[in-house]
Amino acid sequence: MAKVRLTPELMAMRAAQELPEGAVVNLGIGMPTLVANHIPPDRLVILHSENGVVGYGPFPPEGQGDPDVVNAGGEMATLKPGACFVHHADSFAIIRGGHVDVAILGAYQVSEQGDLANWMIPARGIGSIGGAADLAAGARKLIALMEHTTRDGQPRILRRCTYPLTGRRCVRLVITDLAVIEVTPRGLLLKELAPGWTAKEVQELTEPELLLAPDLRAIEV
Amino acid sequence: MSTNKVCATFREAVADLFDGAVLMIGGFGGVGGMPHYLLLALREQGARDLTIISNTMGIASAMGFGTPKGVRPVDVSILVENGQVRKAITTFPTSPSPSRPTAFELAYRRGQVELETVPQGTLTERMRAAGAGIAAFYTPTGVGTVVEQGKEKRVFDGREYILECALKSDFALIRARQADTLGNLVYRGTSRNFAPIMAMAARVTIAEVDYIVQPGELDPEAVVTTGIFVKRIVKRPSHTGGYQGMGAL
Repeated sequence: MAKVRLTPELMAMRAAQELPEGAVVNLGIGMPTLVANHIPPDRLVILHSENGVVGYGPFPPEGQGDPDVVNAGGEMATLKPGACFVHHADSFAIIRGGHVDVAILGAYQVSEQGDLANWMIPARGIGSIGGAADLAAGARKLIALMEHTTRDGQPRILRRCTYPLTGRRCVRLVITDLAVIEVTPRGLLLKELAPGWTAKEVQELTEPELLLAPDLRAIEV
Repeated sequence: MSTNKVCATFREAVADLFDGAVLMIGGFGGVGGMPHYLLLALREQGARDLTIISNTMGIASAMGFGTPKGVRPVDVSILVENGQVRKAITTFPTSPSPSRPTAFELAYRRGQVELETVPQGTLTERMRAAGAGIAAFYTPTGVGTVVEQGKEKRVFDGREYILECALKSDFALIRARQADTLGNLVYRGTSRNFAPIMAMAARVTIAEVDYIVQPGELDPEAVVTTGIFVKRIVKRPSHTGGYQGMGAL
């Protein structure tokens, strides 16, 4: 079977499966915003964005958006029936106060303990923390949606993060282009593999030792 | 106390902004909520050594960030490029794309500006606290990261928190959809973002609005920011919602 790395769109489709009916969900900028387009229309998921909207929907058709309705990536969004706006202090009360059920964030690195590094590349010497640290502290379940390796093939899932942390012990699930991995008290549990990949091959691209789930299976989207 | 809050011009609205002032600037980063005309007037007015408190340090100028095609972004970058900024207190000093840096990042690399990077919820709550008379508060955001460095930590119910202090300013430049002449403000959509919080935290809040109406014309239930928090209002030159008209800036 040909080895395939999941495209960002397929990763977003897999991540959308993690959003239960009725969940309040925050999608970080970048790849996570794609998840909004893959939530089944019959599932009520309430999307919250830091810039003060509760209940936004998929991207509008090209040229039809409203600059006063944007997501946290500055991209124009649509409103679902029942949407509302809040100011920034309330928006972060929603986050910090534990009212977000699931947050999906991009990541540079995730550690074996679930530490998240997603705001600063040390070599650049300056970085943007945005709302990520608040989400790391406040979301009930944090999912990291990330490429499994760096551009030159080095692991991004590490024993210890080498980049400055966004939050400590906050990531619960990692969805990459190669695998779905749960952060457990015993260690990282490999649950799903991209089509054509073996556990051994994914382990070679992952620094900490992976535990294998009894029902290890292929990612289905 | 002056009850005449309506300024005839943007120049008049920012005339007393002084060198070394601490200044909050509204908006999330893109066009929504950005006080474009107040920023242009401040560039012309020329106050220097400013400390800027704002969510981003000009990512619309660097990469658009939702700015409609054909519209020239106006954001804090115009003050940075004009040498008016000494320090930023912000969540997003850089653009997400290293190949399209903000003017601020370039100035930072040259050692011309100082930077305090603050998590967004903490920045917001520090301003809200200042406006609400709260000196400091404990937050879980940033525990175990560089954010906690130099700050008091305390455990409540088995969880660690760090102490963050209130953040006030001399001026806030914000944007709203509509004001009455008493300064009550109504916003539109996600463009509300930081404006109601900054309005509380600044000694002098100046609001740039699309429409100005008489007292009684705004639905009291729809007012988000009471005019108590707003010292000056000034009307934008177009009634278009402010985007289509931006091409003429």
